[in-house]
Amino acid sequence: MTSVSVDDAVGPAQLHEVVVTVNSVARSARVPARRLLSDLLRHDLRLTGTHVGCEHGVCGACTVLLDGEPVRSCLTFAVMADGARITTVEGLGAPDGGLGPVQRAFRECHGLQCGFCTPGFLLLATELLARRPDPSDDEIADALGGNLCRCTGYVNIVRSVRRAAEILAEPPSGDGA
Amino acid sequence: MKPPPFAYHRPASVEEAAQLLADLVGERGEGGEGGEGGEAKVIAGGQSLVPLLNFRLASPGHLVDINAIDALGGLDVRPGAVDVGATVRAARLLSERTVAVAHPLLAEATRWIAHPVIRNRGTVCGSLAHADPAAELPAVLSLLDGSIEAVAWRAGALVRRRVGAGDLFAGPLQTTLEPDELVVAARFPTLGARTGWAVDELALRRGDYALAGVALAVTVDGDGAPTAGRAAYMSCAPTPVVVDIGPAIVDDSPGPDALYALVASALDPTDDIHASGEYRRHLAATLTVRALGGALARARARIDADSEHPSEVPA
Repeated sequence: MTSVSVDDAVGPAQLHEVVVTVNSVARSARVPARRLLSDLLRHDLRLTGTHVGCEHGVCGACTVLLDGEPVRSCLTFAVMADGARITTVEGLGAPDGGLGPVQRAFRECHGLQCGFCTPGFLLLATELLARRPDPSDDEIADALGGNLCRCTGYVNIVRSVRRAAEILAEPPSGDGA
Repeated sequence: MKPPPFAYHRPASVEEAAQLLADLVGERGEGGEGGEGGEAKVIAGGQSLVPLLNFRLASPGHLVDINAIDALGGLDVRPGAVDVGATVRAARLLSERTVAVAHPLLAEATRWIAHPVIRNRGTVCGSLAHADPAAELPAVLSLLDGSIEAVAWRAGALVRRRVGAGDLFAGPLQTTLEPDELVVAARFPTLGARTGWAVDELALRRGDYALAGVALAVTVDGDGAPTAGRAAYMSCAPTPVVVDIGPAIVDDSPGPDALYALVASALDPTDDIHASGEYRRHLAATLTVRALGGALARARARIDADSEHPSEVPA
């Protein structure tokens, strides 16, 4: 329904088949070469959890994991992500449909206000904690420093990451409450 | 904004890429097929090029994606130099421990590049080809008298040439490379014996482009006295600037004032929205004076090690 907009028709006509694994589900779309990964996710695949802020690589709201590494999806062409494994905020929830551990930590610690930048921060935090289960404040700042938040002043975002590390370190209790 | 339309190419070999560029550049100016013209650009990480496209500051008719070319993914750390293939991401200079051991200056400069997320995609050679005078790697390549290797398809054959840093950077975002040339690798010579280094810069926020930055290297004699020094500057001119700071450090302790004066007189940065030229000049000179101490300490720490095996890279 939305895959080819009017102005795409005036450019190189060729469409490219892009196959990606998004949150463990194989997805595909036929897109023009200029389709940004952020727009592939939002427009073609209808995964609107990935937010687009500046669209030139400054704000980091559109951060997703590409083969496990955080990248700016607005600075990546969909056609260049063909075959890749992508994780978006839609893939961070708990198996039962509730919030995942990093999301719970952000809620508990007021790590978000308007929530626009939050998907990017959640993915950065998820990747950081997978790599460094108990990060120092410097490591948290280094990992998150490329993303902008206009509401929180970042203090509670850093607290949220520390809290997420605690939650992830807890032994599974089987008690969902 | 959204990037302008372009035709996408994904060659599988260096030869194929060079032939593509030769063909596509040949049709430059005819327009029609692509964006505003037939111009072709090479894309690897895209962290500099895609913002230009999204801003519509560039609208090449063709993009040649070199990521499928396995031969360009090499990172060769060897005695004397670190050779970096065209698709090697900046992040790899930090994740491969051998780089920090063999070339700590290169690793430290890489830590100053943007943010981890950008370094995950952005390539070393791409930064050099982009030639932003505020970027770290062009300054480091200039400081070390490094070089890039470029190829082109000319008269039915692949032609290779090596371009030294001093001949590469022509202006802001401009190199001396021809439009049909593809950078295939960069060479960063390692530091010589009894040589220490430092990198420092100041930006308004962590990861932003520096208001001014310096990478410097100083060499000492067996007694620890400085015998030579060079410094390369970011954000102080349309291209990286290399200054011979030897005259201010080799005599009998001329002192920090002499070094400050030498650097300040050698640089002539211009005003922009972020800082005045005068402030940048002061900042660059101040950073140099601060950085010298650390570089000298590192050089002196190497006296014993390097007197044994002066040309060997530490294992």
